[in-house]
Amino acid sequence: MTEKLDVTLSVNGKRYEMKVEPRRMLADAIREECGLTGTHLGCEHGVCGACTILMDDKPVRSCLMFAVQAEGAELRTVEGLAKGNELHPIQQAFWDHHGLQCGFCTPGFLMLATGVLEQNPNIGDEELVHALSSNLCRCTGYQNILKAVKAAREEMKP
Amino acid sequence: MKAPQFAYRAPRSIKEAVTALAESEGMGKILAGGQSLVPTMNFRLARPDMLIDINRISELDFARPENGKLRIGALTRHAAFERPFFEGPLARLLADVVQHIAHVPIRTRGTFTGSLAHADPASEWCLVACTLDAEMVAHSLEGERIIPAAEYFVTTLTTALTENELLVEARLPLLDDSWKHGFCEFNRRAGDFALSMSLVALKIENGRIAEARIGIGGVEDKPVRAPDAEAYLIGKTGEAADRVEAARLASEGIQPMDDMHAPADYRRDLTRAMVRRALERALAR
Repeated sequence: MTEKLDVTLSVNGKRYEMKVEPRRMLADAIREECGLTGTHLGCEHGVCGACTILMDDKPVRSCLMFAVQAEGAELRTVEGLAKGNELHPIQQAFWDHHGLQCGFCTPGFLMLATGVLEQNPNIGDEELVHALSSNLCRCTGYQNILKAVKAAREEMKP
Repeated sequence: MKAPQFAYRAPRSIKEAVTALAESEGMGKILAGGQSLVPTMNFRLARPDMLIDINRISELDFARPENGKLRIGALTRHAAFERPFFEGPLARLLADVVQHIAHVPIRTRGTFTGSLAHADPASEWCLVACTLDAEMVAHSLEGERIIPAAEYFVTTLTTALTENELLVEARLPLLDDSWKHGFCEFNRRAGDFALSMSLVALKIENGRIAEARIGIGGVEDKPVRAPDAEAYLIGKTGEAADRVEAARLASEGIQPMDDMHAPADYRRDLTRAMVRRALERALAR
């Protein structure tokens, strides 16, 4: 077994210290070491997008990074969206527009959409479809996800 | 699946990185964005003994025009090109092409030179490097080596880089305002690998084509140029009949791959359409 490394991750503003092998995926470290199981693993090769999180406010695939690489970065996961019992506008919009069915892909979509809308609050419809094409959903047919993100776009405008 | 075991190095300088690379005796791999390498490791198709993570080497984090060239350091992510950060046709070309590279989260991490080092036949950046005659700057313990695009691409996932070399930079020629570009790619789903794509850059003088660069990707084992079509277009206005003939010449000059995604004849036919549409887009600008 390869030597374990001391790694400190900052997730949703909280620090987590751990000892992990270099090959420990960031997604696994978030789920297992940090105990934040909202981030899901689907394909484990960067195609499905279920593991999408925000790293320094930009969406990344946490299955395509090693935990050790994320040291020093500010990570945000689905657990960091709501403020107590108050849902984040993107979560509320998914609820209102029935943007989920089984819910497996939802954390990835929420983080992708949050990152995209924060970076580009006035994103056009076409560009938004292109951005959302990054993630897979096998239940909804995507139309309600798109509706939800468009609604959140209006809510989140600064 | 999960990646197999490896030793991890995170050098802070190019010198440290190429030293680690030399010490690994061919068993080390450079980790940049990891958007191709890590899936390959998760599939256990790649099992490097050591990963040399270059993400903390700040001297590789640059992208700027300088002396007629755009210098792209090894930590420049795909996303850096989404909004032009300098003036001129090259910035517009790169902003156009980058939209076709995978998806937003992949573009956040993946790097320009990482794509060149990986050398997938369907890589858009490899097509750009081939079409514009990029220069690749490699470092090793022996020093610096500059490799022109024509000598750089060898075959699928294989380049002229030796196992001890780190690709530190790529240089693209800054195109002056007389250049126009057109890009067209066909894939079955957004973000998928291209079955065929073409990048065209035309230098227009007094309403006629003075210089033509036509690149084709996703078709052979590496990006290729279409020299017959390029020569044919010189002195032409680029009207519809010129575009059709250039596209025909380009599609007949290739030896397309034949695989589970598309038979060779289909790729040839697609290429004819891609080149014609790329020319149309270039001349419509």
